[in-house]
Amino acid sequence: MLRVEDAQVSVEFSPELLNKMADAVTRYPEGKQKSALLPILHYVQAEFGWVSPNAMDQVAAFLKIQPIEVYEVATFYTMYLLKPSGKYVLEVCRTGPCGVVGADKIMDHIEKTLGVAEGEVTTDGLFSWRGVECLAACGFGPVLQIGPEYTFYENLTESSVEKLIGDLRKKKD
Amino acid sequence: MGRKLLLEHINVPGINTFDVYRSKGGYASVEKALKMTPEEIVEEVKKSGLRGRGGAGFPTGMKWSFLAKPEGVARYLVCNADESEPGTFKDRYLMTYIPHLLIEGMIVASFALGAKTSYIYVRGEMMPQIRILERAIAEAKAKGFLGKNILGTGYDLELYVQPGGGAYICGEETALLESLEGKRGNPRIKPPFPAIAGLYGCPTVVNNVESIAAVVPIINEGGEEYAKIGIGRSTGTKLISAGGNVKKPGVYEIDLGLPVEEFLYSDEYCGGIANGKRLKAVVAGGSSVPILPANLFMKTINNEPRLMSYESLSDGGFVSGTMMGSGGFIAYDEDQCIVRNTWNFTRFYHHESCGQCSPCREGTGWMEKVLHRLEHGHGRMSDMDLLVDVSKKIEGNTICPLGDAAAWPVASAIRHFRDEFEWHVTHGAEATVRNFGLAHYADPLPKPEVLA
Ligand SMILES: Cc1cc2nc3c(=O)[nH]c(=O)nc-3n(C[C@H](O)[C@H](O)[C@H](O)COP(=O)(O)O)c2cc1C
Ligand code: SF4
Ligand code: FES
Repeated sequence: MLRVEDAQVSVEFSPELLNKMADAVTRYPEGKQKSALLPILHYVQAEFGWVSPNAMDQVAAFLKIQPIEVYEVATFYTMYLLKPSGKYVLEVCRTGPCGVVGADKIMDHIEKTLGVAEGEVTTDGLFSWRGVECLAACGFGPVLQIGPEYTFYENLTESSVEKLIGDLRKKKD
Repeated sequence: MGRKLLLEHINVPGINTFDVYRSKGGYASVEKALKMTPEEIVEEVKKSGLRGRGGAGFPTGMKWSFLAKPEGVARYLVCNADESEPGTFKDRYLMTYIPHLLIEGMIVASFALGAKTSYIYVRGEMMPQIRILERAIAEAKAKGFLGKNILGTGYDLELYVQPGGGAYICGEETALLESLEGKRGNPRIKPPFPAIAGLYGCPTVVNNVESIAAVVPIINEGGEEYAKIGIGRSTGTKLISAGGNVKKPGVYEIDLGLPVEEFLYSDEYCGGIANGKRLKAVVAGGSSVPILPANLFMKTINNEPRLMSYESLSDGGFVSGTMMGSGGFIAYDEDQCIVRNTWNFTRFYHHESCGQCSPCREGTGWMEKVLHRLEHGHGRMSDMDLLVDVSKKIEGNTICPLGDAAAWPVASAIRHFRDEFEWHVTHGAEATVRNFGLAHYADPLPKPEVLA
């Protein structure tokens, strides 16, 4: 859901981001630049951590389409984060095959370790987590991914998850 | 041991790079194909009997021959690398470890179809694979296999990778095309089929990653050679993603026609059920296909050994058979709860329904609610008939097959495991703390030593 209060946040697109956007539209025939919308929203999310209404308006202007055409896409696809989230969003597969090998326990454990419910952000702003659907790694479950690089962590156990969270906490950049 | 046509070199160090891939005979099919006419290539693919590996099993050569070719209109090849069907992870595996195989197949297929721009639509979650493919494309281009005037033949081809945004429905080919046009992934009403009006309204072929990759050995060895592998109308090799409670989960390339018993229990493949447990049920082709209890899965209703082929898996129809689907093989051991699994899958379909058709949007929601209460010990005896009723009202009444895909797992679970559902009603409190167990389903089980 798009939130009214988020419409107040304005962002500035870096030259690198604008370059990537310009590059994306070259992949499609003349006049079909709207095809670049999904890739561009990924670039935007990688840069700002989420896709804000103001950023979407700028994307619409860039692609010469109506803002609503961007909103309807951003709200349809599950990868786009429509509100600020933790720096690291742990996305755990919760679908059947991962369920068979213990995904529920892993999600419970993440909730306990981070101390926040699904979709909430830890007070230090570092982490959020959520359940997502099958990530095409079912033979190596339970799995989770972390954007914006979407690195996969497979065959999760309670201790490997704790270690992962610990390592990310220590990471400085 | 079966022949490996796709994964033969998968363990060669550096096979993800152009040079190593080339040194193992890579891109030979491009050299060969560019000396053939497009019609000859389509003919070879027809002869091979290759059937689409994305789920529906439609003959690839026939699909290619349906492509409209109006003068002066661009044609497109779009590779479906959306791979979101629960249980299926073969395409990700192939793209991760041997990306050039897909690029090679894309070049041959694009040439055969007369496409000058082609896209590989990869689900957005596979960012690492997108990077891998982009690197492979750049390498192939630098070596003259992509871009302008490929190998001096005058054929131009640009190949691009397009990320999705996270939506199972974008695996459906018309939703994929909508998404590639920068829109919501709402499936289109067919006809017109993509072969007539696809991407940007132009004639388009959509093929699965594995189908495209299979074109490489078909061109290298000839369609007839390829068709010698397999059984009946199930020709060639197939990648199976084996998951769930098997001892050795992973991606296996099998000759179609391999007995399921051998696939499940031999050490070359799954190695049996993990932790010494017994097999309870199998989903043979991804979450959308009917689930079968072990006894029906191992043997057909005529007491013949079941084979990993399109025909044998569907033997008995929905009464006692299932489908090959995308080859997402999920084994369930004696500790797994069928009700819980059915609820989980239904939750998935409800979540992933694009919402265009009321039977799918509302029906999956109702089924999820009813299954939730059954799983949590508040079910009623009438719930099973209610679920079957709702599933029947979805099936066949929707724009795209996601509706059927949501209905079949529920209907089949109740058909084959009704006593487990009933037990959830009669033993509501107990069902929240323990599982129903194996019952009569596992019978008879093969002894591993017989298989050696
Ligand atoms: C809901 C739904 C999801 C699908 N997901 C995929 C998918 O992830 N990958 C795929 O190749 N085909 C998928 N398909 C099948 C495609 O619509 C299409 O049949 C296929 O890509 C054609 O390629 P093929 O002939 O090479 O199999 C899906 C179909 C439906 C109805
Ligand atoms: S069947 Fe479901 S997913 Fe398919 S078009 Fe209708 S509502 Fe959308
Ligand atoms: S079910 Fe978790 S990756 Fe497929």
